[in-house]
Amino acid sequence: MASASRSPAAARRQTSIDRTVRVRPPAGLTVVGVLGGVALLVPFAALVAGVDLARLPELLTSASALDALGLSVRTALTATAICLLLGTPLALVLTRLDFPGRNLARALVLLPLVVPPVVGGIALTEAFGRRGLIGEHLHVLGIEIAFTSTAVVMAQVFVSLPFLVVALEGALLTRGEAHERTALSLGASPLRTFLTVTLPLLVPGLVSGLVLTFARALGEFGATITFAGSLQGTTRTLPLQVYLERETDPEAAVALSLVLVVVALAVITVAYGRRGLSGAGVAR
Amino acid sequence: MRTVRATAPLAALALTALALTGCAGADLDAGETDATLTVFAAASLGEAFEELADGFEAEHPGVEVEYSFAGSSSLVEQILAGAPADVFASANEVNMTKVTDAGEGASAPELFATNVLTLITPPDNPAGIQTLEDAAAEDVKLVVCAPQVPCGDASAALAADAGVELAPVSEESQVTDVLGKITSGEADAGLVYVTDATGAGDAVRSVPLENAGSAVNNYPISVLRAAEENGAGQPELAQDFIDYVRSEDGQSLLEDHGFGQP
Repeated sequence: MASASRSPAAARRQTSIDRTVRVRPPAGLTVVGVLGGVALLVPFAALVAGVDLARLPELLTSASALDALGLSVRTALTATAICLLLGTPLALVLTRLDFPGRNLARALVLLPLVVPPVVGGIALTEAFGRRGLIGEHLHVLGIEIAFTSTAVVMAQVFVSLPFLVVALEGALLTRGEAHERTALSLGASPLRTFLTVTLPLLVPGLVSGLVLTFARALGEFGATITFAGSLQGTTRTLPLQVYLERETDPEAAVALSLVLVVVALAVITVAYGRRGLSGAGVAR
Repeated sequence: MRTVRATAPLAALALTALALTGCAGADLDAGETDATLTVFAAASLGEAFEELADGFEAEHPGVEVEYSFAGSSSLVEQILAGAPADVFASANEVNMTKVTDAGEGASAPELFATNVLTLITPPDNPAGIQTLEDAAAEDVKLVVCAPQVPCGDASAALAADAGVELAPVSEESQVTDVLGKITSGEADAGLVYVTDATGAGDAVRSVPLENAGSAVNNYPISVLRAAEENGAGQPELAQDFIDYVRSEDGQSLLEDHGFGQP
């Protein structure tokens, strides 16, 4: 508006971009957005409020709770390690190797992340169950997977592997290939390039990817209950224990849920903490 | 212009006719559903009650029965949280007691069915199970309900009565999960309700248990206090439904689905 009284050059500058203008969502959307945030957080606040503090120590140290916690930590750590060994090469193949149908392969990797976990469990049963595609041959060899902790780990790997692959793909794509190309052109072997250049550059992405993978494995429920069963100390992980406790002791279910929420909070802090939780990171 | 004028009355007539038939239709619809009866029923009653509703609705023109099927304990949670249900049919007396203790019942609970456990195996019975003792053997993959849920409670009572110590490979939260492990062939044997085995048909093979009568689940049914708030005449309609469930027709239908008479 004021530009009319200024010189044409100044007017042009004025109409280009005012860098002091702050971009903000419309007021109406801000209100709805805040409501959206509230909708996400209220259930967790209610969960924390619902914890019976007096009974908490007793509820969290019962034999069944400790068994579930121990099993969950053991299986989720194992699953995370397997995801690291399988997922890193998979992410490399999907980003650094040119092959026909690569985009399709990238999309298919997301499948376990998108289907309901119970479908994953049925799929695992069809593959590795006693009468499954592969399981029936294993059965002949005397190898039975269902109802063992191995089945729990398999279910966890199945549903959480995509998390790691996606995180690593992102890291690999944003880093680009320049450093590796330099190393290779200087005569380093592909393996040496991978170990000394690619891998160190991947570490930040790997850390947040692994943490998310661990969290997803820890929370696995549907595929586990369908494929592995539910037996204290063998297959009944923390989420399955919560589901069962609901039947008779809702307070115990709430207490164990709190454990899972606290772990999830810790995971978010580790995965996103480096970017700063203050929100200053956005300004970059 | 002329054509428009000529058609305008026709269109008006057509609209009137439509409105009339529309009204008639609406009246008819209202006649079809001048009352809706909401029944909260245990999941195991699903198929039997769906069929039962047809007979009840035929006897009560203008009444529609709507079901919510779930585990009895989940239904109790919903009823205590103020769900507007008229009737509650529970798979055991413990859950019905929770409702009456909370003052949510409006009639004395009446027993209308019983359910007992049976041993099931995959159709080809890979482990050669003939008795509960066979199923309890160390190398047999036996799946039962967890002791925390009613079917697991019944399983424990049954095993204790038979003097058998069960060694399950899995204790499921729901009886349908036990059934699933058998129909998929993952497990050798499972303890489920007779009604579950009946519903599964040829997908499982049933091994009748001699001492099945040692763990009987009684199914009580009751009018809920919320029925009074759902409208005048709802408590009476709810009682009519309960009477129908306990009538000869209702009982023989339940029997077809594997339930016993109380």
